[in-house]
Amino acid sequence: MKRHLISAADLTRDDAVLILDTAEEMARVADRPIKKLPTLRGLTICNLFFEDSTRTRISFEAAEKRLSADVINFAAKGSSVSKGESLKDTAQTLEAMGVDAVVIRHHASGAPYRLATSGWIDAPVINAGDGTHEHPTQALLDAFTMRRRLVGRDAGLGKDLNGRRITLVGDVLHSRVARSNVQLLHTLGAEVTLVAPPTLVPVGVENWPCEISYGLDEVLPKSDAVMMLRVQRERMNAAFFPTEREYSRRYGLDAARMAKMPEHAIVMHPGPMVRGMEITAEVADSDRCTVVEQVANGVSIRMAVLYLLLGGSEPAVTTPAAARTEENK
Amino acid sequence: MDSTTSQVSADEEMRPVLEAQDIARVLTRIAHEIVERAKGADDVVLLGIPTRGVYLARRLAAKLEEITGTKIPVGSLDITMYRDDLRLKPARAIGRTEIPGDGIDGRLVVLLDDVLFSGRTIRAALDALGDIGRPRAVQLAVLVDRGHRELPIRADYVGKNLPTSLRETVKVQLQEEDGRDAVLLGQRTAQAAGQ
Repeated sequence: MKRHLISAADLTRDDAVLILDTAEEMARVADRPIKKLPTLRGLTICNLFFEDSTRTRISFEAAEKRLSADVINFAAKGSSVSKGESLKDTAQTLEAMGVDAVVIRHHASGAPYRLATSGWIDAPVINAGDGTHEHPTQALLDAFTMRRRLVGRDAGLGKDLNGRRITLVGDVLHSRVARSNVQLLHTLGAEVTLVAPPTLVPVGVENWPCEISYGLDEVLPKSDAVMMLRVQRERMNAAFFPTEREYSRRYGLDAARMAKMPEHAIVMHPGPMVRGMEITAEVADSDRCTVVEQVANGVSIRMAVLYLLLGGSEPAVTTPAAARTEENK
Repeated sequence: MDSTTSQVSADEEMRPVLEAQDIARVLTRIAHEIVERAKGADDVVLLGIPTRGVYLARRLAAKLEEITGTKIPVGSLDITMYRDDLRLKPARAIGRTEIPGDGIDGRLVVLLDDVLFSGRTIRAALDALGDIGRPRAVQLAVLVDRGHRELPIRADYVGKNLPTSLRETVKVQLQEEDGRDAVLLGQRTAQAAGQ
């Protein structure tokens, strides 16, 4: 594995499967009386959040604490100083404090890459979402949820998502979740279809490893998992569709549309949901909707990523599960 | 223990100290010893340390069932996350931890491993057990004790005591993982010494 996790494209198939398999083991820790492992004791991890976040920050914090790391939470509301400079100052402060890893969320696409490659800081960098670019750990927890539901908890070990048909619906243009998911799902062998209004499809999408469709109803019967994306008003600076009602009618998931999906198919959402907009309350509360599972799986996935990047002298070397050598028995 | 391709060719240079029937015999003896010491093995839980310890635990459970007529719970206990040498090597893939349904609280836990060497693995296993529950007692069964302990740890049940030098290497092969049962003794290669 690479030293940083900036993009889902950084992961090979074997890396991704190793993370998913490791997360399966991490999930078992949550069932124990003592939900803690001593693995990262003595390491300091900084959660550097330049953008509001609830579930991702709490999820990373829970993962770090379950692995016994020392956690520093740094919430930096967007400053007026030019981004490169303020990020540099912050990075050098963290370097001086001796942090061992940085988890960064930033409103500017590319900020984690800048931090990882600028030489300002020596620690591994994990991208917790940057602008409209990527959110790799979200894609990993989504893939983990799909593998569990579609392949099985034990049956899925060592396997990818080969041949599964995944549909992402909604505001693809502003969605870092969609970008990371398309990359990772393609790496894992899934067939991805994007469904969105033409105004919310990014330029250059024809180069992405996926299909594009503008009609939801014809894609639903051919989907194993349907991921609804939130319409990101906070990133919009123009009118992308006439009215919310029209968007809901064409691209929202209600019970009637869910009935068109195959029996085994699941409904996913990265959260936060806007009920009544991209998903109705009835669908959100149904057994087929995995939103709450995704949150629980997020902690396991982030524990796995942190362990594989920081748990040794260097990131995990991706080979088939190696047994122990006699030298260290 | 690793079974890398380079070591496969080295297998021929290794001398077998236990063959398949010897391994079956010592496991039968250990099963009888457990029943004798635990006065019937009613509350015994067997936990194997991956990889080969798990197969040994399953075989031992089958022998205990033959002797006592009762089903013995078997599980696995991966100790990777509790190792004291994690920072010395790249992060490793973690193995499976599977605790039997009734847990380990108040039970007699018998840990199973293939080779007892420095004792650090068992130290890690004791830490891991402490996070999972509170057994009545913990005992250790190993197929081979090759000496060179670095911690005050000893086995309760030993298949074979095998005095070795640090220049030698001990390799356990089991049918389930390696296609045959054997304990092999050989000279440590320069490559293995550097591992």
